[in-house]
Amino acid sequence: MTENLVEARGLTKTFGSFTAVDSIDFDIRKGEAFGFLGPNGAGKTSTMRMITTVSPITDGKLTVFGMDPTTEGRDIRRRIGVVPQEDNLDLELTVAENLYVYGRYHDMPRATIRERIDELLEFAQLTDRRKNTVESLSGGMKRRLTIARALINDPDLVILDEPTTGLDPQARHLLWERLYRLKRQGVTLIITTHYMDEAEQLCDRLVVMDQGKIAAEGSPSELINRYSTREVLELRFAEGEQDEAVLRLDGLADSSEVLADRVLLYTNDAESTQRGLHERGVHPEQVLVRRSTLEDVFLKLTGRRLID
Amino acid sequence: MSVSAPTRITPVGKMSDFRAQRIWERNLLVYRRIWKVIFTGFFEPVFYLLSIGIGIGALVGDLTLPGGHIVSYTAFMAPALMATSAMNGAVMETTFNIFFKLRFGNVYQGMLTTPLQPRDIAIGEIGWALFRGSLYTGVFLLVMWVMGLVESWWALMTIPGAVLIGFAFGSVGLAACTFMRSWQDFDLVSLATMPLFLFSATFFPIDVYPPAIQVLVQFSPLYHGVELLRSLTLGIFDPSILGHIAYLVVMGLIGATIASRRLDGLLRK
Amino acid sequence: MIATLTRARRTVEAELIAYKRTWRGTVISSFVNPVFFLSAMGLGLGSLVDRGQGNLSVSYLTFVATGLMAAIGMQAGAGDGAHPVMAGIKWRKEFHAVITTPMNPGDIVVGRAVWGTIRLTFIMVVFTIIAGLFGAFDVGTALMAIPPAVLTGIAFQTSMTAFTATREDSTSLTTIFRFAITPLFLFSGTFFPIANLPQAFQWIAYATPLFHGVELVRKIALPGIVPPDVTTLPIWVHFAYLGVMLAVGITLAARFLDRRLRP
Repeated sequence: MTENLVEARGLTKTFGSFTAVDSIDFDIRKGEAFGFLGPNGAGKTSTMRMITTVSPITDGKLTVFGMDPTTEGRDIRRRIGVVPQEDNLDLELTVAENLYVYGRYHDMPRATIRERIDELLEFAQLTDRRKNTVESLSGGMKRRLTIARALINDPDLVILDEPTTGLDPQARHLLWERLYRLKRQGVTLIITTHYMDEAEQLCDRLVVMDQGKIAAEGSPSELINRYSTREVLELRFAEGEQDEAVLRLDGLADSSEVLADRVLLYTNDAESTQRGLHERGVHPEQVLVRRSTLEDVFLKLTGRRLID
Repeated sequence: MSVSAPTRITPVGKMSDFRAQRIWERNLLVYRRIWKVIFTGFFEPVFYLLSIGIGIGALVGDLTLPGGHIVSYTAFMAPALMATSAMNGAVMETTFNIFFKLRFGNVYQGMLTTPLQPRDIAIGEIGWALFRGSLYTGVFLLVMWVMGLVESWWALMTIPGAVLIGFAFGSVGLAACTFMRSWQDFDLVSLATMPLFLFSATFFPIDVYPPAIQVLVQFSPLYHGVELLRSLTLGIFDPSILGHIAYLVVMGLIGATIASRRLDGLLRK
Repeated sequence: MIATLTRARRTVEAELIAYKRTWRGTVISSFVNPVFFLSAMGLGLGSLVDRGQGNLSVSYLTFVATGLMAAIGMQAGAGDGAHPVMAGIKWRKEFHAVITTPMNPGDIVVGRAVWGTIRLTFIMVVFTIIAGLFGAFDVGTALMAIPPAVLTGIAFQTSMTAFTATREDSTSLTTIFRFAITPLFLFSGTFFPIANLPQAFQWIAYATPLFHGVELVRKIALPGIVPPDVTTLPIWVHFAYLGVMLAVGITLAARFLDRRLRP
């Protein structure tokens, strides 16, 4: 039977009159990569901060490793690694020293830390940077160092808050590859993101959050199957022609979504839908056929796009 | 890659819950690299001492203290400089440096995702400021001794005395730091410490002030610090020394309590 | 030259806009600091000195007030040429933005010097009036000593700008304040006549710029002052020293800033 590392029931966080997290339930199982997907302000970071015990819960029930964050915060934090949304590396220390002090914060013996630093620098591909200042690192390097730092105590659970936001595509792929490795080693990962591709790449299961609530839950493919179709047609029209064209699309696909700059048609057979367009005399400037993604799921669930 | 073959790391014992020393370890690493800045910091109060010893001391000559003791102006002024430098050091460390770590580096937010707690940070940082302050005091005392300004073995007690001053100002500084919003607020810090430096019976005995002002001066925490150290280096004691100590202890405790509570609120939203 | 001054005016305008947000703090300190310093040093310490063994030809309040005019000029000027310049180069990088417009690094240097002159003049006028109210000197005569005090400040500002432009980080700024500005403040005749220094150090003092600033202010503001409280050097020597320092400061600051911003 699978063990739950994190369990939340009716978990709520309010700041004054603002409800950031609104009575959510979820379980995170040992060994899985669990995602929180949602736009900025959906309540992901607040949820993460409660799990890492740095933010007191307002209401509901939360256990991490079966322990209560309110009273056993310190024991929980011994077993987790945290990668915050914004790098909070210690700018006054070098790359290796950043890892070293975190080892000490975790009460690890110095000799153990030193061995561990060598391993982690290699893992983060920063071995030749060990004596550099943090300031001199690129964005991707800083991110990898933050991840390495989160691993210093060999945590059972690693929490990553938007791990690749602001990185260039190459740096993102490198980071994903490193996170894969961790997953294969059996480390449980919690990842928040507003990137669909990231969630699809990394997460076994995820919840879609919107305005503090959980809008849907499942594996990426389950969610796509449940809330979307196999394929999507993206139509772009010449200036001013979209409104008129939309009127003629009725019933052509399973469903459609009209955005400011384009129209999405959800269908399980893109070819026949395209033929249908032709027959109705709709001539978009551009037609793109693609697989359905979590972005479509989100759009379906909330009527809004994830990143504006 | 050996994250693939993890060795279970057990924390070394359960120990007590005291962890403030981890902050020291971190600060020590930083200071190892910027030791030059720390080292050259020793010179500033020494320059002041020399300037007074050579120049102003010659203008003033000897002073008769309220108790009837006659001392050279330099010997009178030296402990005041020591107390002021303990105050400035503690205030700078707990406002400037900590403000940076708190608001910009988010350094503390990171620490709190480890077994460290806000209390560890508050105690650790204040303790560090004291450690640094006592180093400065030690060197300053040595210079005083070389210049023949130390009248009594009690002078060795200025080191714990300066630590007490540092504790009082450091914890109030840390508490104040938690209320600061921008660098602009640091103008207020110097607006507070500068008059303290000028009007705490530092440059001249308290009986030079008009009587009404004398009462006011006695509220100044630095006045109590100066008087405490002055008793020790001159070897002149009376019961008021207990009052000076009590004032500084209470001030420090109040500051530390507020600081610890405010830090908790700021860091664990 | 005219073009440089016109462009330098843009720097002044920019500083003025920034100043609108922060003026309260600086204005308060330019009123409060003189009051504090003059009452503590001039009146308090002064009462000890005047009944002491020093025998100055003027009261200690008068002596310190005039010394402080030059010393405050130095500190404000040096401060202006240090961290704000490092910020412009490295932290906030606004100088890099400025030179993408028709402005040159030299225009920045001249512009900041003009702005510094305006600001220092204001500080000095306030200081002189307050010191006059304390009874330090006759305000009418002392106002004439403001230009030399400001000149001292700007000479330090531009020289410090030149130094800052060659530095990688603020550690060296801390060092130069500790080992140059603070000792100058303490040993250049501000608080006691340099005649009190050992002979060898008097010669060093002659070489320092603040000494010339202090002498100039005292000789102009205090017709009653006599040696050994001041030296017998003629006024033009002091002016020449500070004038050369300013010229060298501007030239080097413009050159080093150019090298730094457009490597």
